[in-house]
Amino acid sequence: MTATIERGAATAPVASPKAAPSARTPKKSGRFLGSSNGKKVVMAVTGAVMVIFLLSHMAGNLKIVLGKDAFNEYAHALRTMLEPYVPYRAMLTLVEIALVVSVVLHMWAAISLARRARQARPVKYVAKKSQANGYATHIMRFGGITIALFVIWHLLDLTFGVVNPKGFDSTPADRMVAGFDASRWWVTLIYVVAVVMVGLHLRHGIWSGFQTLGWANHTRNRALRPLAGLVAAVLVVGFLIPPLAITFGVIK
Amino acid sequence: MNLTLKVWRQSGPKDAGRMVTYRVEDVSPDMSFLEMLDVLNERLIVEGDDPIAFDHDCREGICGMCGMVINGVPHGEQRATTTCQLHMRHFEDGAVITIEPWRAAPFPVVKDLVVDRSSFDRIIQAGGFVSVPAGSAPDAHSVPVRKEDADDAFDAATCIGCGACVAACPNGSASLFTAAKITHLSLLPQGQPERLTRAKAMVEQMDAEGFGGCTNTGECTAVCPKGISLDTIAQMNSDYLKANAK
Repeated sequence: MTATIERGAATAPVASPKAAPSARTPKKSGRFLGSSNGKKVVMAVTGAVMVIFLLSHMAGNLKIVLGKDAFNEYAHALRTMLEPYVPYRAMLTLVEIALVVSVVLHMWAAISLARRARQARPVKYVAKKSQANGYATHIMRFGGITIALFVIWHLLDLTFGVVNPKGFDSTPADRMVAGFDASRWWVTLIYVVAVVMVGLHLRHGIWSGFQTLGWANHTRNRALRPLAGLVAAVLVVGFLIPPLAITFGVIK
Repeated sequence: MNLTLKVWRQSGPKDAGRMVTYRVEDVSPDMSFLEMLDVLNERLIVEGDDPIAFDHDCREGICGMCGMVINGVPHGEQRATTTCQLHMRHFEDGAVITIEPWRAAPFPVVKDLVVDRSSFDRIIQAGGFVSVPAGSAPDAHSVPVRKEDADDAFDAATCIGCGACVAACPNGSASLFTAAKITHLSLLPQGQPERLTRAKAMVEQMDAEGFGGCTNTGECTAVCPKGISLDTIAQMNSDYLKANAK
């Protein structure tokens, strides 16, 4: 006798999609920015804006190596860019607006993702051991907060001159040289710590941006990971040359 | 071998739960981790105690049922190995072993080390399928697939949905699981018609379940018993971006 196999529903009926937690389903409007993936895209794009800014900022800082006049001329050129087609400081203001928007969006996305992550694990592990060296886990959020605090100090020091010995009514080069005077070694120390933190942040962040935008894969990672490390290293070295040179008296 | 186990005991979803210490003696190094727990459970039953509840089925590393966080690592420190395929010879005599369930809000504890992974099922229901005409089987090779795509799709398809990626992720993200399922289908011709709607639906369901976001830490792929690559997450991100650009 042959057995007949009945075709049809071989498994129990699947629960209707209503069983899904519909209450937590995000609304149709603003779905992309509300989604965890969308927030990561915001972080990647704003991060890229800030990396490009940092590279040009670093190149500008290095003008101090050519002398105070070269640095002051550079600072002046930033304000008179594209004159007379646009008013004084127009281009610089545009850049500043783009940066403020980037910083705010980057922090907004980071904070909301961090909160989401906390809610996703209400009960912590008694024992937890990182298997991927835990670098990104520890450096990114902590580093981000450190950098944000530093940026506030940095603006007060060299942009607004509030905590700078030369004050606001001085040339940019004078503020820079006075700010990193050997007597104010602790300022230089703050800069070193902050710049190294930026480097560590970007070592993961630059690669992470490519991954988030879906451009990374194991073949490209062979170039992207070293590229991220290289850009981070170049920025750290480039940003540390002026303050260290001033503190140690090489640039006066 | 003699071992000291610190095991998470929780009588039900409402119970607060606590770590309980057990001594297990005369463990053979050839036992699997689950067999070692079987031995302990037999003793607990004889002593009139409640045996430790844990999920398991095939015990040959392909079903995705078993899984516990052993000494802080999902499926234990042995790479590319499920808990059932982890053997006691990898532990030292006299070792103290901490055993906890997967920890994530979308994986509520049912009892002891058993968690409810229905959230994964709902992510699959949201888009982890292809629509194909029913009827007789198509001729072999009627739909050509590039060798590289077939290999990558197969690598992604080896995901057994155990949930170790979520357990390991510092953000409690289900990105590696969801990405594996999306990549598996989106690399094959059969998966193309629904490619973008699939990515969108599955990512949105993942968020709706309460999983965290991906911060590209790589913890997931390090503990994945099938070694699913982070490349799948890049693929998911790319498909999701394209779906939203439309």
